[in-house]
Parts: sequence; structure tokens; C-alpha cells
Amino acid sequence: MEIVMSILAGTLFAAGVYLLLQKQLLKIVLGTALLSHGAHLFILTMGKLNRGAPPILEKGITEYTDPLPQALILTSIVISFGVTSFLLVLAYRTYQSNKTDMMDQLRGTDDE
Amino acid sequence: MSNLVFLPIFIPLFVGALLVFFNKKHQLTMKISYLTVFLNLGVSIYLSYYVFNNNPLILETGGWKAPYGIILVADKLSVIMILSVNVIALSAVIFAYSSVTSKMVQHYFYPLFFLLIAGVSGAFLTGDLFNLFVFFEVLLMASYGLIIIGGSKQQFRESVKYILLNLFSSILFVTTVAFLYSVTGTVNMAQLGERVAEVEQQGILTGIAILLFVVFATKGALFPLYFWLPKSYIVPSPVVSALFGALLTKVGVYSMLRVYTLIFSHKLELTHTFFIWVATITMLIGVIGALSTSNVKLIIAYNIMPSIGFMLLGIGTFSAESLAGTIYYLVHDMAIKAALFFLAGLLVWHAGTSNLNKMGGYIKTSPLLGWMFFIAALVLAGIPPFSGFIGKYLLLRGAFDEEHYMAAGIGLLSSLLILFSVIRIFIGAFWGEIKGEPKEKVRRSGLAASGLLIAISILLGVGAEWFYPYIQSAADSLIDPQIYIDFVLKE
Repeated sequence: MEIVMSILAGTLFAAGVYLLLQKQLLKIVLGTALLSHGAHLFILTMGKLNRGAPPILEKGITEYTDPLPQALILTSIVISFGVTSFLLVLAYRTYQSNKTDMMDQLRGTDDE
Repeated sequence: MSNLVFLPIFIPLFVGALLVFFNKKHQLTMKISYLTVFLNLGVSIYLSYYVFNNNPLILETGGWKAPYGIILVADKLSVIMILSVNVIALSAVIFAYSSVTSKMVQHYFYPLFFLLIAGVSGAFLTGDLFNLFVFFEVLLMASYGLIIIGGSKQQFRESVKYILLNLFSSILFVTTVAFLYSVTGTVNMAQLGERVAEVEQQGILTGIAILLFVVFATKGALFPLYFWLPKSYIVPSPVVSALFGALLTKVGVYSMLRVYTLIFSHKLELTHTFFIWVATITMLIGVIGALSTSNVKLIIAYNIMPSIGFMLLGIGTFSAESLAGTIYYLVHDMAIKAALFFLAGLLVWHAGTSNLNKMGGYIKTSPLLGWMFFIAALVLAGIPPFSGFIGKYLLLRGAFDEEHYMAAGIGLLSSLLILFSVIRIFIGAFWGEIKGEPKEKVRRSGLAASGLLIAISILLGVGAEWFYPYIQSAADSLIDPQIYIDFVLKE
């Protein structure tokens, strides 16, 4: 199961990086979203996938799912929600004020 | 008592959230901001007083004992940083008095400002690697907001790159934390230090150390990863540029200082030699950038890089003396970078242009600004007796002692070039005939804010004997990570 998850996370990373290298702003934003999904799956995998056991730590219980990665992912997901929505708004406003969404036309060349 | 650690994060966070509701009341917001900054400064002075006279303070949130829960640690290094941050915040609020327009206040300048302070303080206080990531995100979100206040074309253009780069490095950060968790089974920094010491830092841990270095190098703008910094730092309003220049890159350096002294301090020959090379190249590239342009703000922004290089040189050298030099330089650089960004902003407003070739002779219209700029330039370049000299002296002596002659030599050379690049502004803008009438008078509160910071950096230099023992004791506690580990884990 860990292998499958690793491959999935890797695929998401690859797709995310591919999209990051695109010129269109919207594609780049989608790329960052995919990257963060990859990172979240990766954290989950790193905490060892254990099915059918509750994430409770008490004395005497040896079979439990590690709660820490889940807590980390939850925090990380919330952050990535916020950042992605912010980026979408920013991309839209950038398009509005610069009249383009192509990265090569957004280069800062005019030295004020 | 240990709840005191929470206050430097909580006060700005609470006030920031509160001020969201008063975004149309300019005067009220300003008064609350003044009060808050003074309160926060008072708290951080008391915190430093307590930590230096007693033990470090630890707050175990929710009563969870150290390796399990989230902990906040205020040790000597943290409180020095917290104190510096709050001094910068005070000067920024003074500067904001006349430079922040009602429109900026309406677009939530003050809430974002306080959230930034909360994030930076949190990053300095946390004792948990994942929480470091969370506080990084808090401060970055605030900085994303601050960088586009004003909404001009250039701001949108440059901030997109700033945000994407920082976002990418944050994702890399969280991935690296996951790696580290899978190898060591913990994210608590003290426990990480202990476990890494146990396994004698194998190859995989060195790999993780380098990945973390890439993350912090992106945040701190080190050699191959600096290109996003200069242009994006000059587009927002000067007060925002000063905050960024003074605080954001320093958080990257602080994290490096913490992580590479506490956790990855076992395979020095590989990582730390690498650091010295990167530091050397960063210094050179930074000054070359500063010399390449005639945009006043851009010259100051490029000057961030050589100072980051200096600090990294101290971490790479890794002796008690050079670490003290790094901390000294860190504090000095926070003050002087903010002052220089303020002064450059005032100069640009005064001249109505940021092109150095169109300026000249402003010493007649604003002598105070001119002389302040002169002193700030000397402080930045490290002319004795100012504070830059003490930090550089410690760093370079440390480097010579550990036989890094090449790096130290390039450090000396780049100091000279830094002096040249900033004196060029002084000569170009303040000497000669007046080219182009001044657009507006220099704002008094702006001068007061920069004056405060310059006075502090002169005091840091002249009164080095008073401050040095504190900084040395902070560095001594860094060089022996076992003190920190034992204290946090209480064994």
C-alpha cells in the first residue's frame, strides 16, 4: 500500500512541477494545488499506513494509527486551501491590471 | 510564568484580528497600533530580562509534555530575536504615521502588519519543526497581503513571482518535514537533535539537511535562489519593504542557525563546507547586483544578500565566536536594513524618482536626510565604531581562525564594494547641483523612525561591551545543543 501511495504522490509532484513550468498563470496555480496534494499524501505515507486501528494512544494499546501525520496534514490542508484561493484571486487581478496571463509578458523589464 | 512566552505571539495576533473591524477608522487604528507596539516591546523586554537572569522558558501548550505536544521555547537566542523584531515593529509604526494613507489602512495595512509580527515572533519562539512551517505560512500569508497593498501594475507583476517561489519552498518544507518524521519519528526539535545524535547522522539525514537548506536558502535569498528578492522587495510601499528586508530573510537565517546547530551538527565537514562556499558566492553576487543598477531602492534591496552571506559564513565556520558574530550581525542588520529602506523611501519621495542619475544636490534641501543616509551607509559597510564592524570583525576573525582564508578575503572585499555601492547613492543624490526640484518635503516621522534605528545601531557598536556578553552567552548555548535538549526534554 505504501508503494502505491508513494507512486501516487510522485505522480502528483511530477504533474505539479510540469504545470508550474507552464507559461499561463492559471496552469501554474493549478500546479501549486497539485503539488500540495502530493505533499499531503506524502506525509500520510511517511506516517506508515495502518488500517483499522484508531489513532488513540493509551497505556497497554499496541495497535494504533499514528495520529501525528493526520494532525500535520489537517493543518497543511487548511493552509493550502487559503493559499490556493488567495492565488486564484491574485492571478485574476494580475490578469485584470496587466491585461495578460502569460508569464513571459509579466517580466519586470521596464526599469522605473 | 511560562505563559509569558505566548504573549509576543498572542498580542499582535489578537490586535491584528481586532483591527480588521476598524479598517475605516484611520486615527483609531493608529492609536491602537502605537499602544500595542509599546505593550509588546515591554513584554519582550521583560521576557529577555527574565530569560537572561533565570532559565529559558518553555510553554507546553495544552499541558502535553515536551516530545508529544506543541511547545514554545524562549531561550537566549529567541528572546534576542523577539526583542529586535519588536524594535523594528515600533520604528515601522512610527514611520507609518505619515506614510500610510487612509487607502492603505482601508485595505487592512495594520491587521496584516500585526499578523506578520505574530508570524515572525512565532517562528522565533517555536520548538517544533512543523510549527516552524505553520508560522512561516502565517508570516508569508501576511506578507502576500502586504506586498500588493496599493495594487499597482508592477506590484501584481512582481508579487506573483514572490508568492509562487515562497509557496513552492513551503511545499518543499512540509515534504522535508515528512521525510524527517519518517526517519526519526518526531518533529520536536530537541528530540530530533537527540535522535540524530544517536544515529550519528547517516547519509539520509545529510540529504534531508541539504533539502532543508534549499528551503531556508529560498526564504533567506541565498546564492542560486535569490532572484525573486530584489525586484519584489522594491514594489510595495517603503514601510513594507523595510519590514520585509529587516524581518523575512532573517527568519530564514534564524531557522538555519537553529536547525544546523541543534539538529544537523554532526557531519560538519560536508554541509558546513558547502555553506561557506554558498555564503562566499552570495556575498559576491549581492554586491555585483547592487553595483549593477542605478535604482536607489534596488541598490538597497541587493544589499540584503551580502549580509545574509555574512551570517551564513558564521554558521558555516561553526565556532562559538563566529556564531556570536552571526547573531550580532543578525541584530545589527535588522536595524540597519530597515533604516536604509526607510531612508531610501524618503529619498525617492523627496526626489520624485528612484533613478539615481536624475537626482542631485538634495543635501541643500534636506540636510538631515543626507547625513542620516551617510551614517547608515557607514554602519552598513562596517566602518568602526559602528555596529556592522563588531559583527563583521567577529565573523571574519572566526573565519580566519578556522582557516577559511578565501571566504574571509572575499568577505573583506565585498564589504568594500558594499560601501562603494551605498556611498554612490550618497554622492549621486546629495552632492552637486540640484537636478529636478524636490517633489515634497521629507516627512518628519520617517526621519524619526530611521533616526531611532540608526541610534540603536550606533549604540550596538559603541556599547558593544555591554551587549557582547549577552550575545556570546546565546552563542555558547548554541554551540552545545545538549543544553537545549536537556532543558526541553527535562532529563
